Amino acid sequence: MAEITVAGLEKSYGSFTALHGIDLHVEDREFLVLLGASGCGKTTLLRCIAGLETASRGEIAIGGRRVDPLPPRARKIAMVFQNYAVFPHLTVFENIAFGLRMKKMPNAEVDEKVRRAATMMHIEQLLARYSGQLSGGQRQRVAVARALAMEPEVLLMDEPLSNLDALLRLEMRAELKGVLQESRTTTIYVTHDQVEAMSLADRIAVMHGGHIVQHASPLDVYRDPATRFVGSFIGNPPMNFLPATRTTAGWEVAGLTMPGPAIDAHTIEFAVRPEDLTPAETGLTGRVKVVEPLGAHQLVTMDVAGHHFRVVLESDLVVRPGETLRLAPRPERVRWFDPTSQTAIDRSLVPS
Amino acid sequence: MTATAPLPAHGAAPSDEIARALDLARAKRWLVAAVVTILCLWVLVPIYLVLVNALSTPSEVSGWPKSFVPSFAMESLAFFAGYRGVAEALLNSVMVAAITMVLSIVIGAPAGYALARFDFAGKNAFRILVLMTRAFPLPLLALPLAVAYIQIGLDDTILGLAFVHTMLAMPFAVLITASLFMGVPFELEEAAWTLGCTRLQAFVKVVLPLVSPGIAASAVFAFVVSWNEVFAAAVLTIENRTLTAFLLQSLNVSPLHLKFAGAAVLVLPALLFLFAVRKYLFAMWGIANR
Repeated sequence: MAEITVAGLEKSYGSFTALHGIDLHVEDREFLVLLGASGCGKTTLLRCIAGLETASRGEIAIGGRRVDPLPPRARKIAMVFQNYAVFPHLTVFENIAFGLRMKKMPNAEVDEKVRRAATMMHIEQLLARYSGQLSGGQRQRVAVARALAMEPEVLLMDEPLSNLDALLRLEMRAELKGVLQESRTTTIYVTHDQVEAMSLADRIAVMHGGHIVQHASPLDVYRDPATRFVGSFIGNPPMNFLPATRTTAGWEVAGLTMPGPAIDAHTIEFAVRPEDLTPAETGLTGRVKVVEPLGAHQLVTMDVAGHHFRVVLESDLVVRPGETLRLAPRPERVRWFDPTSQTAIDRSLVPS
Repeated sequence: MTATAPLPAHGAAPSDEIARALDLARAKRWLVAAVVTILCLWVLVPIYLVLVNALSTPSEVSGWPKSFVPSFAMESLAFFAGYRGVAEALLNSVMVAAITMVLSIVIGAPAGYALARFDFAGKNAFRILVLMTRAFPLPLLALPLAVAYIQIGLDDTILGLAFVHTMLAMPFAVLITASLFMGVPFELEEAAWTLGCTRLQAFVKVVLPLVSPGIAASAVFAFVVSWNEVFAAAVLTIENRTLTAFLLQSLNVSPLHLKFAGAAVLVLPALLFLFAVRKYLFAMWGIANR
């Protein structure tokens, strides 16, 4: 069992607070992605769990054992760094064997484990090379193999794919998912790439300004963003937001009246994902500004009551700039946000 | 619009502006070439003259006209090598330089590591202070130092002189090693920690192998600093003179050809060493050419 529990973790550098009382629980064998924009504290949190940063306050436990006073070597973790950190003076074989040799493992066993890890990452033919003779993608494989060979309780990965080119990143992403599913090691993976997060994670913890703002499955994070930030950060194109005003019949959004949450407020925010709208007789009315064909779909940017509004429509629908479009949001996909707290309004308050 | 403005006919005379720019570029190239040539000659001509004269017969050295091609006569060098005291002075020089080399690395490299890896209050002041030790004139220090050495019994010893040379070589040792350590990504050390190393083990297994060629180079540089130093050597030693101090004392009254032979023996090792480690000396000033 290697679940991770982080309780009340705080980290500050002088007057700057990078982490505000983080509470996080990662299940055994779970793949958790820490997602957030740069500077949100996700790497700091990962480095605190690794023991490379010392937290100002709070506790970290791995597998029920408190580790925050321990140095990295005693935490039974392995880490993959953003710049791979493959030792340039050692061969690929010795790189992968490095941690095993530190454990004083007999040579035959080291040999076997190195070969197994190398086979898993498809680098058996590179074992005699030095990192200077490897491409970026190959170095990345060595770094992952080195971490896996340790058979850690927890695998920590800090933006491991961000230095690869787009095509290689896609390939490595799929491969990494396969390898990690097979190894079934508890993993925390840091990234700023929401697509990477969606495709890899069992659960995503979205970070913003040193807080975890939402911790849920990828689909839940996508469908039910807990805050306005999550809705606009996740999804490409991002969620659309429009102001809604209270009327006697419900809520009025850009001239359209619709049922909404039964709360005591004058204005709230209406939100819908670009793909959750369909052309209809009555709906949100807007003028088309830009049409971008994307193959299967087309991305249409509109002006709805003076607000930027984006929709993804089927590509066989003919849309031209300057036209007026009427779009009906799918009622079950509409979300509401409180503009002062920037958080989602409880869906139990919305009549279905 | 398919028509484009006509280009000037090929080979047409360039405008005045272009001609001026070309002239200026040409003038700059000449200026750079001239300065480089002068600087090279300034260094190379004296060295060349020393070598030519060291390899000529005594009569050629004092005769006229001069030849610019050495006759490869070894008699000056042979006489010099057999001269009483030269062998001892040479041995002293090597020993002082060796102790200087070890001390400046043992003390300088940790300071360099601290400069490269840690942020501490007064870091920049420390960096400048390290360099300032070179700005302190040695003659001013020589007398009190000699008195202090006599009091504690370090006068006229190899070790005492090595201490002074270590102080002279230290700024270079600190700055060169700092730039070496900065060249090793901190991530490599962190990776080693996560793979089971203590801080010291990570340093020994990861950082040291990567910087050892550069450490060797800065050690050689410390050796050369000590080897070339004459003032402190002349002031602080009497019996146990290093080669520089010995030559200063003896060759003052020697014939010209022996002076040249002595100069050649001093210059050559320093030159060869510096040539061998030249790329690391660039690194000291932050010019990455590795």
